[in-house]
Amino acid sequence: MKYYDKLIFDLSKEGRQGYSLPVNKWETSASDLPAGLQRTAAPALPQVSELDVVRHYTNLSQMNFGVDSGFYPLGSCTMKYNPKINEEIAAMPAFAGLHPLQPAQTVQGALRLYKDLSHALSAITGMAEFTLDPFAGAHGELTGLMVIRKYHMSRGDMKRTRIIVPDSAHGTNPASAAVCGLEIVQVKSNAAGLVDVEDLKPLLDDTIAGIMMTNPNTLGLFEKDIKEIAALVHECGGLLYYDGANMNPLMGVVRPGDMGFDVMHLNLHKTFSTPHGGGGPGAGPVGVAAHLASHLPVPKVMEDEDGTLYIADGTCRCENSPEGAGVFGEVCGCSPECMCGCQACGQISGFMGNFGVLLRAYTYILMLGKQNIKMVGPLAVLGANYIKESLKDCFKLPIPTVCKHEFVFDGLLDQSTGVTTLDIAKRLLDYGFHAPTIYFPLLFHQSIMIEPTETESKETLDGFIEIMKHIAAEASADPESLKTAPHTTPVRRLDETTAARQPVLRYKDM
Amino acid sequence: MAFAYFPHTEDDVRQMLDRIGVESLEDLYSDVPQDVIYREEYDLPDAMSELEVRQYFEELAEQNTNLFCLCGLGAYDHYSPAVIPHIISRSEYLTAYTPYQPEVSQGTLRYIFEYQSMITELTGMDCTNASMYDGATAAAEAVMMSMAATKKKTRVLLSEGLLPQVIKVVRTYAKYNGIELGLIPCHEGATSYGALLTELAAGDVAGVLVPGINKYGVIEDLTCFADAVHAQKGLLMVYSDPSSLAVIRTPGEWGADIVCGDSQSLGVPLCYGGPYVGFLACTKDHVRKLPGRIVGATRDVDGKRAYVLTLQAREQHIRREKATSNICSNQSLMALYVTVYMSLMGPRGLREVNDLSYGGAHYLHDRLLETGLFEKAFDKPFLKEFTLKSLVPVELLQDRLQMCGVFGAVEVEPGLVNFCVTEKVSKDNLDAVLCIIKSLSSEEEAQA
Repeated sequence: MKYYDKLIFDLSKEGRQGYSLPVNKWETSASDLPAGLQRTAAPALPQVSELDVVRHYTNLSQMNFGVDSGFYPLGSCTMKYNPKINEEIAAMPAFAGLHPLQPAQTVQGALRLYKDLSHALSAITGMAEFTLDPFAGAHGELTGLMVIRKYHMSRGDMKRTRIIVPDSAHGTNPASAAVCGLEIVQVKSNAAGLVDVEDLKPLLDDTIAGIMMTNPNTLGLFEKDIKEIAALVHECGGLLYYDGANMNPLMGVVRPGDMGFDVMHLNLHKTFSTPHGGGGPGAGPVGVAAHLASHLPVPKVMEDEDGTLYIADGTCRCENSPEGAGVFGEVCGCSPECMCGCQACGQISGFMGNFGVLLRAYTYILMLGKQNIKMVGPLAVLGANYIKESLKDCFKLPIPTVCKHEFVFDGLLDQSTGVTTLDIAKRLLDYGFHAPTIYFPLLFHQSIMIEPTETESKETLDGFIEIMKHIAAEASADPESLKTAPHTTPVRRLDETTAARQPVLRYKDM
Repeated sequence: MAFAYFPHTEDDVRQMLDRIGVESLEDLYSDVPQDVIYREEYDLPDAMSELEVRQYFEELAEQNTNLFCLCGLGAYDHYSPAVIPHIISRSEYLTAYTPYQPEVSQGTLRYIFEYQSMITELTGMDCTNASMYDGATAAAEAVMMSMAATKKKTRVLLSEGLLPQVIKVVRTYAKYNGIELGLIPCHEGATSYGALLTELAAGDVAGVLVPGINKYGVIEDLTCFADAVHAQKGLLMVYSDPSSLAVIRTPGEWGADIVCGDSQSLGVPLCYGGPYVGFLACTKDHVRKLPGRIVGATRDVDGKRAYVLTLQAREQHIRREKATSNICSNQSLMALYVTVYMSLMGPRGLREVNDLSYGGAHYLHDRLLETGLFEKAFDKPFLKEFTLKSLVPVELLQDRLQMCGVFGAVEVEPGLVNFCVTEKVSKDNLDAVLCIIKSLSSEEEAQA
């Protein structure tokens, strides 16, 4: 990767343009607006030619590393291959050209996609119904927690405002719970890296709204006591939330619904192969058990008896409902189970989620079909265990049992060299690999979290294993080469302290 | 097992299992209680080839009708230059994740920095983050941000002129987050200043969210709004359409503290409502309450200019249960989309888009009034979308347009319909639409 240091603003020259628009033949223009409503000076956007733009962003792209560039074992992010057919389907004008407010009878194909994808996700997870409205995993968590709160509130059970979150949870779990107005109660992990059932028991009372679980958890370990945990939480009147960020190893093998979970989200950009896009757009569909289905958010797609699809927006559609009443079920008097949309937890997206991402995910599901889906989880787990077993002589493996899609090393086995997890990660970049997730989970000081996914070949994994062993050897022989790594990337280690102390967040302030 | 996305041969699997020391793939699940393992066939279609997948979606697409778009209300049919899809489909951008390793993510980090620079230029704010999901969720985050920035206040006021989907999403977040909302009604098509003063006088207001251009298409005159809100130690928040900000007075000029909205209007395809890209910007006083990723400029050890995720102490993965936002993944690729768009358009292109839209919208507005089938709803300035009172039954109007392949006249309130015109619409297009609408008039006369 080469270094190119320009910003698009650096290329700007007064009078250049990169656009072509029709000749303006109208008699009026925005300059006719009252002077007090017009901006006083034009925005200082760049003035560049079309080729300037193309070359600039092509050069920038070459300073980036994606799944298509090489192995990307970023733990908990499931950086699997993003099939190209997904992109072509999502770009079809018959989908990309639809306005979100078009009447239902003109978008039956789009609405059918919502129905079919929801059905497929139900089949894969064992949940009764899905909403496809959430935009990302964290957004799905928040939506799922709203469903849980709505469920308790609709039963008049107002004091359930506390939620149990394990100490190994993704950071978004407690953050989502806090945004949803819930108080967080932490449950500890035991020595085996699993939720400590004995620590959990005393926490369960009639103030508990539920528990958020990731299974396998962020150590890549299957919570084998899940059915006991489910029984305990249900017994106290709480619900079980499944964080689907780690669903990939269970694809085709285990369904969260069968483990006793009531609510879950999926990350379509992880498990269902849609591209991560440098940090989105993703999609975080939320699935629920049947008794919670009425609380999924609106807008939602419904089907008439004759198979025509329409959108419920939360307004009560039941007979005898007062005029205009019942948006989100506050005044219409329907039962909490009413499915017309009036019992929804609310509306969590402007329209109906990241439709383009949903198209990609369903494309992937059709390619997999009922045959190939059964191999996704097992091959992902095979790769993770293969790396773990191949490297445990060089790196400290705090939990030696069989892992699922990912596992965690706690730094080098030989910790006398002073070489840290950060150094190892940076050195990997020199050798053409993306780094694993580092310093997470928080249970260990030197966490290195590795997730290979099922789309990587044995040769790729062997190459990674060889380099990791080489780095472990370098740590003893030449620690300095690691502490100053990376050496071959477009830029080297950055001054992050100054960046935070004296923030420069736009071109104008440089 | 042969499948295009699985590279494993049977021999590979055998060798890998041997290294692990287990007999079979099933043994890798020996820690899973056997009664939760799903052994049945999945209720999914049979695996398809790429060719069959294409055919499947072509058939599905036939159930949609692509209409000529004269609708706005939060999703705008602006022209998207040919360059953009070529850039954003470059897999170095498309298949990367959040730029956690800045040394190999300078492409992503630098375009986010450029995006931040452009959004702050348009809004007149000092800082913005790397993007939000969409306009409605950005508004909800703005409301939560105003609560965090002004301690011990309990209420936020929303203008009824905001788009209905924005109000619904903010209501939902507020309900669970424990924020009390008050509504400021509209008077003659604009947010009522008098009602704002009354609500502010009741006290306890953390922030006030008003639209820059409201659901009627009216450009709001926010004179004195900031002073009134600041006098009560609250924050003024403006929900803006960034495309329009190339020509209309910016939230910064109105004295806003926080600005939010949806950048879909910067050339992003309609795509049935997503992916779009929300934005959230603020004055420098509030940067440490701004949620989401923020990119800052710095240097590497060799002194090279470089970019990095910064001010991370604000974020959910550090603050966990103390976080005031949970956003992690956002809409980064769509931020690249609008960055390339703004680079191509520049200040003059974006002005021209607004001039063309204004010219077309005002032409349609005036000609519709001439048909005698509409009356003015409000006498207020507008840019590219406007509201008229329909004198013919709205359903009849909508059906006739749709029958002729046109999507427009969406009902904003009973009897009040929206039209929106962008630079994609020519005079010939509008004359054809007018012809369709006039046919309703001659029919009514014939019936009479």
